Amino acid sequence: MASVVPAMIEIEGLKKRFGAIQAVDDVSFTVGRGEVLGFLGPNGAGKSTTMKILAGFLPADAGRARIMGYDVANDPIAAKRRLGYMPEGAPSYSDMTPESFLGFVAEVRGFRGGDRRKRIIEAAGRTQLEEVMRQPIETLSRGFKRRVGLAAALLHDPDVLVLDEPTDGLDPNQKHEMRMLIRAMAPTKAIVISTHILEEVDAVCSRAIIIARGRIVADGTPAGLEARSARHNGVTVVAGPDSRAKLLPLLTALSGVGSVVEEDQGLFVQPVAGRPIIEEVRALIRQRGIEVRDVRPERGQLEDVFRSVTIGQGSQVGDAR
Amino acid sequence: MKGMLSVFRRELAAYFATPLAYVFIFIFLVLSGATTFFLGNFFERGQADLAPFFGFHPWLYLLLVPAIAMRLWADERKTGTIELLLTLPVSIGQAVVGKFLAAWAFAGIALALTFPMWITVNYLGSPDNGVILTSYIGSFVMAGSYLAIGAAFSALSKNQVIAFVLAAVFCLLFTVSGTPLVLNAFSTWAPAVIVNIVSSLSMLANFDGISRGVLDAVNLVYFASVIVLFLFANAVFVSLYKAR
Repeated sequence: MASVVPAMIEIEGLKKRFGAIQAVDDVSFTVGRGEVLGFLGPNGAGKSTTMKILAGFLPADAGRARIMGYDVANDPIAAKRRLGYMPEGAPSYSDMTPESFLGFVAEVRGFRGGDRRKRIIEAAGRTQLEEVMRQPIETLSRGFKRRVGLAAALLHDPDVLVLDEPTDGLDPNQKHEMRMLIRAMAPTKAIVISTHILEEVDAVCSRAIIIARGRIVADGTPAGLEARSARHNGVTVVAGPDSRAKLLPLLTALSGVGSVVEEDQGLFVQPVAGRPIIEEVRALIRQRGIEVRDVRPERGQLEDVFRSVTIGQGSQVGDAR
Repeated sequence: MKGMLSVFRRELAAYFATPLAYVFIFIFLVLSGATTFFLGNFFERGQADLAPFFGFHPWLYLLLVPAIAMRLWADERKTGTIELLLTLPVSIGQAVVGKFLAAWAFAGIALALTFPMWITVNYLGSPDNGVILTSYIGSFVMAGSYLAIGAAFSALSKNQVIAFVLAAVFCLLFTVSGTPLVLNAFSTWAPAVIVNIVSSLSMLANFDGISRGVLDAVNLVYFASVIVLFLFANAVFVSLYKAR
């Protein structure tokens, strides 16, 4: 895919080991302005660890991470100035109010007086916190707490945003709002979000990286990853038992068909090399006059790709670039 | 520097955001008064000075100072805010010093609120106010030393109770090493040099001189060294936690 240059986040050969577990194993990628990178993986795959290293919280065993050209290990303060980071669970000081908490973050970030005031109001406005600004954070709902964490991360309008599971624990409306917000900020920033909700990747990300056991197992656009699914461009023929019996040998013999599998609803026709095959299947059914209830194309499911690359099956999708 | 000041301000405000500050100050004032009048025989001595008042400070601090220090880092670890704090443009050193100074300022406020004692002795007689002033200074730097120990142990655990117990035990060691009980146990077999070293490591011994009105550089250097040493340990503990 066309990477936007110059890279605002650069990660090279990152490694981190906790005892016997290699949490991050040679992870490299870059993210440019305008990109929203979705960081996917099962629990414990190394997503949070990679993000913690990128944010300068954990030191890496090997490799380097740079934000806007500043090495997070050698030049941590400069890197942190250009980064907005929301740790997993969006922690904040629960006995403070959003107003005083954001005030603290603004102060640490070097904003004073009217500028500080302006930053707090802006961040609260973007995350719709106005109505709760003077309530103790511990009394707020999960959705508001999450937004307080996000407001703290984007208060200084950073070039780079790293959000660890920004929509975890939110209700569908709140998830939607969070995604809209991320999308709205996307054009001017480099954003990395981690998630295990796959629909989120479709909704907000321009690119997805799947990580398993500390390694990158897939990297591409959401559509590109979906195309790697074994079901991509497959056809489901919904039909009764008689028709199924008639169709099975005919479809198997059709050129361009890899395999035909019987499923709950009917027959699933998997093409060779993911080529579209629906027209041929439709023609065959029409020609033979076999009664079917529906013939519909399948779109690759990110979920299938996710499962196959993270469980370590399906060599066709396991390419490590 | 800015980062340190911000941490300091937030941390000091955090004490007063919960009942902790008021409970602590109340208990400190009650206990310091009670020890002075009931255990220190303030009236029976017939002297207008605050020696009985300051004499109990090391023992009060032993119990109360770890209680102010325990939340400094343990709470951040427990709630995960440590990750937020240390990914802001603040160095570990700035965070450690900012937090320590906030706790110390809080202890200073509690100590300053004992001023009715000073008014009382001045009303009853004519005490040496110079001695009282140096005693206040000594008590304040001693509180700082106990705090630095408490803050370091707070960074070792995410459990405040564990942080409290560890700090209290360690503070106890630093206190009792100057008591006759410990010194006698040493003097029976150890050479005088060792006994002197053990004694000089004690908060009690170092506070004793100051509370008699002598601001000796040696004692001040002792308290300053304890503070610096344990703040350094605090920063190391935080880095180790981060790198875990």
